[in-house]
Amino acid sequence: MLRRSTRPFSVATRLAKWNEIPLAPPDKILGISEAFQKDTNSKKINLGVGAYRDNSGKPIVFPSVKKAETVLLEKETDKEYTGIIGSKKYQDSVRNFIFNNSGKDASGAQLIKEGRIVTAQTISGTGSLRVIADFLKRFNSAQNIIVPKPTWANHVAVFTDAGLSADFYAYYDKENNDLDFANLKKSISDAADESVILLHACCHNPTGMDLTPEQWEEVLAIIEQKKLFPLVDMAYQGFASGSPYKDIGLIRRLNELVQEGKIPTYALCQSFAKNMGLYGERTGSISIIAESGSQAKAIESQLKKLIRPMYSNPPIHGSRIVETIFSDENLLSEWLADLDSVVGRLNVVRDKLYQKLDKTNYNWDHLLKQRGMFIYTGLSAEQVIELREKYSVYATEDGRFSISGVNEHNVDYLADAINQVIKK
Amino acid sequence: MASYFTEIKQLPPDPLFGLKARYTADPRSDKVDLGIGAYRDNNGKPWILPAVRGAEKKLIESPGYNHEYLGISGYEPFLTAAAEVILGANSRAISESAIVSQQSLSGTGALHLVAVFLNEFFAGNKTVYLSKPTWANHHSVFLSAGLKVDTYPYWDAENKKLDIEGFVSTIQNAPQGSIILLHPCAHNPTGLDPTPAEWNRILDAIAERKHLPIFDSAYQGFASGSLEKDAASIRTAIDSGKISSPIFVCQSFAKNVGMYGERVGALHVILPAGESAESKETLKSAIKSQLNKLTRSEISNPPAYGAKIVATVLTDPESRKQWEEDLVTMSSRIIKMRNELKLKLIGLGTPGTWDHITNQTGMFSFTGLTPDMAERLEKVHGVYLMSSGRASVAGLNDGNVDKVARAFDEVIRFCSKSKL
Ligand SMILES: Cc1ncc(COP(=O)(O)O)c(C=O)c1O
Ligand SMILES: Cc1ncc(COP(=O)(O)O)c(C=O)c1O
Repeated sequence: MLRRSTRPFSVATRLAKWNEIPLAPPDKILGISEAFQKDTNSKKINLGVGAYRDNSGKPIVFPSVKKAETVLLEKETDKEYTGIIGSKKYQDSVRNFIFNNSGKDASGAQLIKEGRIVTAQTISGTGSLRVIADFLKRFNSAQNIIVPKPTWANHVAVFTDAGLSADFYAYYDKENNDLDFANLKKSISDAADESVILLHACCHNPTGMDLTPEQWEEVLAIIEQKKLFPLVDMAYQGFASGSPYKDIGLIRRLNELVQEGKIPTYALCQSFAKNMGLYGERTGSISIIAESGSQAKAIESQLKKLIRPMYSNPPIHGSRIVETIFSDENLLSEWLADLDSVVGRLNVVRDKLYQKLDKTNYNWDHLLKQRGMFIYTGLSAEQVIELREKYSVYATEDGRFSISGVNEHNVDYLADAINQVIKK
Repeated sequence: MASYFTEIKQLPPDPLFGLKARYTADPRSDKVDLGIGAYRDNNGKPWILPAVRGAEKKLIESPGYNHEYLGISGYEPFLTAAAEVILGANSRAISESAIVSQQSLSGTGALHLVAVFLNEFFAGNKTVYLSKPTWANHHSVFLSAGLKVDTYPYWDAENKKLDIEGFVSTIQNAPQGSIILLHPCAHNPTGLDPTPAEWNRILDAIAERKHLPIFDSAYQGFASGSLEKDAASIRTAIDSGKISSPIFVCQSFAKNVGMYGERVGALHVILPAGESAESKETLKSAIKSQLNKLTRSEISNPPAYGAKIVATVLTDPESRKQWEEDLVTMSSRIIKMRNELKLKLIGLGTPGTWDHITNQTGMFSFTGLTPDMAERLEKVHGVYLMSSGRASVAGLNDGNVDKVARAFDEVIRFCSKSKL
């Protein structure tokens, strides 16, 4: 368990004491980007960043987002503060987008009608995880969370920094490059009753390996039986299938279970960073499904109390883009098409890479099961380092490759490099 | 069935947001909103600064425009320009490279970062001294981070002026190495600032007692129209070299760039003079790494758009020139409204003295109206201000100042009479 070291410095006794502020470890992905920048090899490839790149390796602005920005530039009449938890329009659009699921989620629609879903704008996905962590710290019976092993690099820090204790549940079998489902179930069953459990809605980061609907049923049954509190993290909605409406099977199922009274409450952290390409605009939401409408109101008031001293209110540029897109049918369908083509490209290069990899001594079939922005190669840290040092291919040492860094122009080079490295 | 959250009580709304809600619901067409903490033009409308409009066009149409993640520290061109505008290009802190800057979620986010940072690493007296009164959110920002809070006297209600003696003596009597929060200009809510001579007394007392000052700069350029004048207290504190503690500056671009909702701000940590280059560098990277760690676990990285706009406004010569004109437009309209309100109250023979309205600067005036007067203003006249008597002068314009003056006059006479 990670605990903060609290080494005080004393201002009164001058600077010497200041030096006791320990150097916090640098962010790994950032370190990789920096090393990549410095590399002079013209063939270098950056597979570290979790942001989309087009076929020429460039960042893109979704055309639908660009249009929304043009509309804003023309029509915006103020830059005033939005509400502490965002505008009502943003909350309604996002709640409806996720829980009403274009009219296909009857349970979700019913929950909305009963006023049981509190939705608040947050500082993208990270901010929503942080807000729910602070909230659970204050109000939840259990003060611990279990997260999959492995999970997104920042999860544990977000939760422990808020004062929760974090532990892992089994998720992935590195030997066989597959989901470790038996141990997953076992470790969830072994967790303390009422623990908070973090679930990746889809495109599990970093493994790209998701549960099947049947496997989710089994997990949800354990959650119900052990009264765990499901905290769903949805950072890649749309990246599994190409459609955001298809990637939320888990949410729809949870809504049914809530309606049936089997799971009383859960929370959803959602981000538009990836699926609208709004990374740096920090646009996302937290939704908490309450046990009643009146409890929802109380929760909302507590969220405001929690956010006000942290940052007063969230940034509006991204949220106005979201509002603009959701309130215009043409823009909405354009966005859905943009997202589909982004995901399409990722799937094309994933297949290409698979084709070109040497399968004589190495089984690459897991690549075809994985979904989302990443492939979890199963390469060892040594192999990743060799790729970096010999071939200028940069990735994190857990063997996670961001496929958006791969394109038609470098896929051959990359496959060759990997083939060389696994030969030994 | 398991009930997870039994203890959640519903809280009353934030007073300011409650005021706004009542104002919005009020059907009277001549209602006046003096609660808002945002600039309004002479038609009572929100105003997007021409400098901002220009910068937005430039940015969105620029070839490399994108929405990529910023680094954890934020947008570097913004941080450099932001430090320069608040500290001055000739600042000791800049020439000695004694600054660590972290982009924050506007002023509130910067205050929150300092609070959490000091709670973790400060070995002095972990009590923050706030002016009495102060911005409504200050107490909870520091308390929620785990620090203690105390106050120093500020507003002399009797004489409607600064209680400088009480202010200085409280600083002198606070335990050595305490944390003192200062409003560098346009004090919220009183609008009353110390004179340069008074600032010297305050800073001397802080230096003598080895306190750690935090400057909360939310209105630079908005108060007087001059970026230099409104930052003078901060620059004196740093450049005089008399303060042996690091100095923290929380900088908001909400009001002076009129980008309230974009949440653009920065925290600057300024190290004291006379450190060896080596220990300074070690210290800077340690502080930076810790601020990064805090940021990473709360928000990952700060929002990009507003920071890019402000960077353009600060560094593009054309935008910068426009912005400095925009600052004068805003501040001079507010100063004019202060004068008119005062003259009208004097003209009506309203009981009391009104010089304080024009002695105060910035967005707000601490009118001296009592809570019952504020309540009557709202009920009878549809004029909305905080129950503390704080009026947002930005809500006044040529079309409503007369009505407001008459309403003030009526409630003051009514409430004074009913007290007799
Ligand atoms: C699983 C997961 N959750 C949350 C996030 C948070 O992203 P953001 O704060 O940019 O929305 C990420 C980003 O990489 C992620 O992979
Ligand atoms: C004194 C003071 N500090 C800080 C702030 C924070 O403002 P923001 O977070 O919008 O920058 C305000 C805003 O009203 C203020 O008046």
